Amino acid sequence: MSRLCNPQSLLRMSVPGAILSILLTPAMVFAQAQPLPPSSAPAAADQQVLTGSVTDDSAWRDLGIAIPAFPTDQSVPTGADGGNTEALGRNLARVVFSDLKDNGLFKPTGPDALPGIGYAEVTAPAFAGWRARSAEMLVQGFVKGGADGRLTVGCYLYDVALGKELARQGYVVRPVEWRRAAHKCADMVYSRLSGESPFFDSKIAYIAETGPKDHRRKQLAIMDSDGANHRFITSGQATALTPRYSPDYRQIAYLSYVDGRPRIYVYDVGTGHQHLVTEARGPTFAPRWSPDGRYILYSMAIAGNTDIYRVPATGGQSVRLTNTPGINIGGSYSPDGRKIVFESDRGGHQQIYVMNADGSGQHRISFFSGRAATPEWSPRGDQIAFTCICGNLRIAVMDPDGNNRRFLTDNWQDEAPTWAPNGRIIQFFRTERGTGHTSIWQVDLTGRNERRLKTPVDASDPAWGPVLP
Amino acid sequence: MSRFPRIATVSLLLASVSLAGCAHKPKELPPQPVSASTSTQTGQQFSSQQQQPTGPIPGSQADFLASVISDTVHFDFDKYGIDGESVGILRSQAQWLARYPAKSVTIEGHCDERGTRDYNLALGERRANAAKNYLVALGIDAGRINTISYGKERPIALGSDEAAWAKNRRAVTITVN
Repeated sequence: MSRLCNPQSLLRMSVPGAILSILLTPAMVFAQAQPLPPSSAPAAADQQVLTGSVTDDSAWRDLGIAIPAFPTDQSVPTGADGGNTEALGRNLARVVFSDLKDNGLFKPTGPDALPGIGYAEVTAPAFAGWRARSAEMLVQGFVKGGADGRLTVGCYLYDVALGKELARQGYVVRPVEWRRAAHKCADMVYSRLSGESPFFDSKIAYIAETGPKDHRRKQLAIMDSDGANHRFITSGQATALTPRYSPDYRQIAYLSYVDGRPRIYVYDVGTGHQHLVTEARGPTFAPRWSPDGRYILYSMAIAGNTDIYRVPATGGQSVRLTNTPGINIGGSYSPDGRKIVFESDRGGHQQIYVMNADGSGQHRISFFSGRAATPEWSPRGDQIAFTCICGNLRIAVMDPDGNNRRFLTDNWQDEAPTWAPNGRIIQFFRTERGTGHTSIWQVDLTGRNERRLKTPVDASDPAWGPVLP
Repeated sequence: MSRFPRIATVSLLLASVSLAGCAHKPKELPPQPVSASTSTQTGQQFSSQQQQPTGPIPGSQADFLASVISDTVHFDFDKYGIDGESVGILRSQAQWLARYPAKSVTIEGHCDERGTRDYNLALGERRANAAKNYLVALGIDAGRINTISYGKERPIALGSDEAAWAKNRRAVTITVN
């Protein structure tokens, strides 16, 4: 807290002076939040969110947002994309623009279609000029290189019509993490304008697929929420399937045929080592983490019968949670960790069931014609996403009591939904009829904004992790 | 094309032996697994050296394929029951296994593409076990039969139509040693 400068003194300082004093303090964590000087524009009242409604967000979706390049006080070399802080400032604004545009959330205009601004202008916007451009909202930021190689990025959101500052945040990042500063900025803009929780600064694990339909190579891979910083984890010599990030992003539980049979491994992202989720002999499927990261659910087949088990993430004794003839598989915790929604064909074919976290109180919640599979509880707790096998395979959501089913997609084969950390967007994978090509798509809860994620090769089984600290 | 999955499976099983290790029985590592292609080659070498009529080596995978009605049984959509046609196929497999009591098999369970990935892995395991249980009921020692599910990950028919899906809903028996 000692770094929090007196706002009044900051107001009187020039921007560079304020940043200099900030940089003199140690920055120990990634994407460290950094207090920023207020702008010269008056601050708007905190509660002024344009709309917080889940069902009708058309009001803020049409907002025009101008995002000019982030100027730097002095262009210095940096290891981040661009090579120097001046070029990096343009790249930062491009990432903010892409985040907001690609998700269909707003109508932003990016740095490549806008004039540049001066460094001092960041905190003293030329509102009249932006009004003339019909911009309703304005995102301005700066980037500054530090003596230790770290970067300080500032991000301000202004309401152009009101001539007021709505929000500001600063971040100190290592050059390799420069995109995180832009994602944090986009998250701030999105949260302030929509009233929703942020989600851009997050990561996705998935399965990268190559090769012909009858000989697909399936590799575990990870990427940022916008597809950047892509990395293959496994070579593809052994088929990998159904990954799930641990809530702290340190581990990935996934299925691998590396020992010839399908079994769940827990891969440590930092060390590259992995271990079996259970030494039990049966094949294991469908790993899932508890929201606190303390437990892993897995499903194991014994003599053709599949049941769901829970094991401490650090290892130890497994507890069997289901015990019925048939296939009980998957499982997704409610955000409070007290309930688990899962899939079972005990009633004849796949439907959705809910149980308490200790396995008690199992009851069916879906009664659709067709089949219902791969339920995933929203991080907000208010919805369950699932795959409806209703003729085609479609992504749908319903209330946690099984009511109010709504289809979000209508294609030949969409499956395996995964929630954005804020519970407003769902990713899934789509298989193309005939060719078997797979791709990751995302759709918002209105079902109106559907788009394909860019991946280097075909992609399936997306698993979205939480927002990074 | 239909042979490819078998070869791949055998090599995976070999990897299984070397990686998983059978740590408590190091001296019982199985001999070199025999795949369809290698057993055919071996048979040709053997016959040319010995000046004997060509034909699969007794007890080989090629011999298995030549002796049974089929190495594959099929299933209805989202089902794992053994139908009348499959009964005859599994009986012929059981007869071969009775003739070569030292041989083991792996039964691969597969599904069509019209299901979710997780569930199909479990369903493939169920189908492989259904075939296994039938062989056991015919007197084959359960310890000689391994099962493995590939879910919908290894189709042999590549179309997206009923004919292709029917071919892919299958359990395939492969001799191991």
